[in-house]
Amino acid sequence: MRNTLIALSAVAALAACASRPEPAPTPTETPPTTSERPQGPVPGSVEDFRVSVGDRVFFGYDRFDLTPEARSVLERQAAWLRQYPNVRILVAGNCDERGTREYNLALGARRAAAARDYLVSLGVNANRVETVSYGKERPLDPRSNEEAWSVNRNAHTQIVSGAVS
Amino acid sequence: MRLIRTIFAALAAALTFAFAAPASAQLHVDIEEGHLNPMPIAVVDFLGASAPAQQVGRDIAQVIRANLERSALFRPIQPQAFIERITALEVPPRFADWRVIDSQALVVGQVTPLPDGRIRVEFRLYDVFGEQHLTGFSYATTPDNWRRVAHQISDRIYEQITGESGYFDTRIVFVSETGPRTRRIKRLMIMDQDGANPVFLTGQDATVLTPRFSPSTQMITYMSFETGAPRVFLYNLETNRREVLGDFPGMTFAPRFSPNGQGVVFTLDMNGNSEIFSMDLNSRSRRRLTNHPAIDTSPSYSPDGRQIVFNSDRGGSPQLYVMNADGSGQRRISFGDGRYSTPVWSPRGDLIAFTRQGGGRFAIGVMRPDGSGERILTESYLDEAPTWSPNGRVIMFFREGRGQGARLWSVDLTGRNLRQIPTQTDASDPAWSPLLP
Repeated sequence: MRNTLIALSAVAALAACASRPEPAPTPTETPPTTSERPQGPVPGSVEDFRVSVGDRVFFGYDRFDLTPEARSVLERQAAWLRQYPNVRILVAGNCDERGTREYNLALGARRAAAARDYLVSLGVNANRVETVSYGKERPLDPRSNEEAWSVNRNAHTQIVSGAVS
Repeated sequence: MRLIRTIFAALAAALTFAFAAPASAQLHVDIEEGHLNPMPIAVVDFLGASAPAQQVGRDIAQVIRANLERSALFRPIQPQAFIERITALEVPPRFADWRVIDSQALVVGQVTPLPDGRIRVEFRLYDVFGEQHLTGFSYATTPDNWRRVAHQISDRIYEQITGESGYFDTRIVFVSETGPRTRRIKRLMIMDQDGANPVFLTGQDATVLTPRFSPSTQMITYMSFETGAPRVFLYNLETNRREVLGDFPGMTFAPRFSPNGQGVVFTLDMNGNSEIFSMDLNSRSRRRLTNHPAIDTSPSYSPDGRQIVFNSDRGGSPQLYVMNADGSGQRRISFGDGRYSTPVWSPRGDLIAFTRQGGGRFAIGVMRPDGSGERILTESYLDEAPTWSPNGRVIMFFREGRGQGARLWSVDLTGRNLRQIPTQTDASDPAWSPLLP
């Protein structure tokens, strides 16, 4: 895969060399953020939120209290959401498979509410935030082991509308 | 010493019975002990005047044998062992020929095509050693309805010999599961209790969970993600119409009908706090039954409708609680090791079935409504979601292996008769119907 990419960029460079003489350069101003991080996702996009901020926080077994790590991710989410005030979000609570279905629906609702409440306390307008619980119905990791369960116990912040595309 | 006295008492009882019982003693299987020594029974292929009628007769006998065998209370004898060849329903059997193969009960029957295109199915049940005709019935039905007749005859035999109502003429509604675990497709499906006649009730577009029958067997309540968030739905099996139950501000889930079918009890979650509500289906009035910041979910009525068992973690871990139907008198009933959930009140009222988690495993068990007499019936990596046969003697549930799909299983109250229910796809969340009307 990596070799293919290198080969392709080599072809592109050769093609550039073989083209006719370059026209006189005309300076255009570029937005400061893209010039600083030309490789990153478009600021304000769903991808930006997912990659640069982090869209999931994780919980202990049968827990819905926020860990220090979860709080710092939610603080980044809140800062980002304040920066892009048109964005609306859905916070989905998820559980591992080591609980029964209806109990996990209730537990997932608690996790979603815990994340939502913290975002609101950090200044995100409550009207922008919906919550839902998927219980144990939407595992991120399909395996049946501790590693998978710890990943599957999460609150997932999904952007519903208002992001830069 | 105590054991010896018990044995003597048992011997004395057995001897008394042997001497006191006349030759025509009623044929009887004890539901609680019968599995230790299943009753040998001969079910002869039903007679038929034509080739199609004979085929239906063979099929009916086969379904009856399979039902009785699965109950573990009966041991159907292989037809190859039969000595007498039954040729007419009206002629009494040669009981000696059936005694030789140690058949204690004998079932014979016949299928007769009627002029209007229907068939008449008759059967007779004999006590071989008592040389008695015990019972017999006749059914007129369309030919494609032969399975139901076979189940009804199975119920008559079960009732006659155990003294309790049967559970074979029933259906199961459940969730059919396909696709990878991270993108599971879950659809409602309905089938006969033995896995025959499966039919999808919902499409692939929305995940559905936890279907439950109304006492009329014509309505189902379940949870669906159809509108995004979890919502309780009602599904009418006669009209195939479905509707959302009520207009609530949060998620609704964990529904069950009241015993008279006029109400539904369910969980409403608002802002991460789940509470139990009941709703009258006629007036649509709703009533809040719990008021606690902990999780309160999975309500199930007692068969007299006066009490509700539910699941709460208000004590620090999920446990079982009982309250009066108006929400008063809430008290904890589970005190064993582990985490208890999914309580379901038996249709007989005597027991509550539950899922218990402990030691990295999930078990299905029963306890009395006051929490005493806890017994674990079966256990694995994941056993969940018990549902009762209408006579309160068998429990169906789903079992998932580590990293594997779910399948339906049944276990009786002895815990010794564990069976997988055949389904074409993976399957979970079974609900057993009452006896069909």
